[in-house]
Amino acid sequence: MFETILAFFRAIGHQVTAAICRLGRAVRFFLSVFWLSGTAFRRFHLTIREIYFSGVLSLIIILVSGLFVGMVLGLQGYETLQRYGSSEALGVLVSLSLVRELGPVVAGLLFASRAGSAITAEIGLMKATEQLSAMEMMAVNPIARVVAPRFWGGVISMPLLAALFSAMGVFGGWLVGVVMIGVDDGSFWSQMQAAVDFRLDIINGVIKSFVFGVLVSMIAVFEGYDSEPTAEGVSSATTRTVVTSALAILFADFILTALMFRGQ
Amino acid sequence: MKRTTLDLWVGFFVAIGFAALVFLALKVGNLSGNNFVDPYTLKAKFDNIGGLKVRGAVKSSGVVVGRVADIHFDPKTYEAVVTLTVDGRYSFPKDTIAAIYTSGLLGEQYIGLDVGGDEKMLKSGDAFFKTQSAVVLEKMIGQFLFGKAAEGQEKK
Repeated sequence: MFETILAFFRAIGHQVTAAICRLGRAVRFFLSVFWLSGTAFRRFHLTIREIYFSGVLSLIIILVSGLFVGMVLGLQGYETLQRYGSSEALGVLVSLSLVRELGPVVAGLLFASRAGSAITAEIGLMKATEQLSAMEMMAVNPIARVVAPRFWGGVISMPLLAALFSAMGVFGGWLVGVVMIGVDDGSFWSQMQAAVDFRLDIINGVIKSFVFGVLVSMIAVFEGYDSEPTAEGVSSATTRTVVTSALAILFADFILTALMFRGQ
Repeated sequence: MKRTTLDLWVGFFVAIGFAALVFLALKVGNLSGNNFVDPYTLKAKFDNIGGLKVRGAVKSSGVVVGRVADIHFDPKTYEAVVTLTVDGRYSFPKDTIAAIYTSGLLGEQYIGLDVGGDEKMLKSGDAFFKTQSAVVLEKMIGQFLFGKAAEGQEKK
């Protein structure tokens, strides 16, 4: 009986020390990524390659999801607004919900599962096949050569993808609201333009998507770099990337929204 | 993949990304629509501004001619002082009345300028002589009910 209680506390202690060790490794890793980012910008074609892989290849999923999210918003928004006889406010509803919340958040979640997981798997596999160690043997720093370009590629891609998602969503909402249902085109746009503020809504949305880009890219490169160098380790690291990124995005979104939109 | 193709795709991606941002800024956020030509400020004092907010519209004959720049409370006169930014292309006579109206039944409130006939024009920093406060629904209903009650007594 006494032994089991001791074992229980030992297990807790082990978990906590392991978590703190991991946190320490993460902080040291992030500092060295920033410290060694010079290469990513001096040899910018390395970063361009990563923008291609995480940005350009995510375009299709981002554009198609944005279109459908906007179209669903158009349908559902119209359904509710027409009960109160204010279906002209459809543009306001679609654009505000996309620019403020759905654009950055959904694009971030898609980005984490499309690009973040790929980054983790790639770095994890490079570690498992000892390519990273081989680079170190050749006096090439793998953080500067492999990690930093992937990190900055993700950070640059994410705000652009979120903007594309929002723009596509507004277009989808317009398609359903104006073209399909027949809400007045002029009031759709003019009410939207009267309600959406450039600094308060659009700039804050861009800030959000930038923060999510930093979070997802950080988590993805760290999980890959810190993964166990086995097939199983890489697969669990990839899963952890998607789960942790999703939680981090939603949590950060709450914090940012509380800071940006409180009492307005 | 060759570096030139890579550059092309990334350039294309960045260009449409920025195009989306510009679309959001201009078409959705209407960044371009707020630029008034050399704007000037006017002041208006109201007993009650209702739900008027900063950045609310200032309209004359239904056309947006300015925006509400600032709202504050004057502790001496117990009135709300509203500062308006008005497009410099338009000038208004001295006896113009600033009134607070509501667009639609549930819409937001705006300041309507009912133009007077004075030959002198309002200059930057001037205050309106006459203003009309926002209509408070409860007061209106109250007046209506008292009026009805008074009517009923007269008939007896």
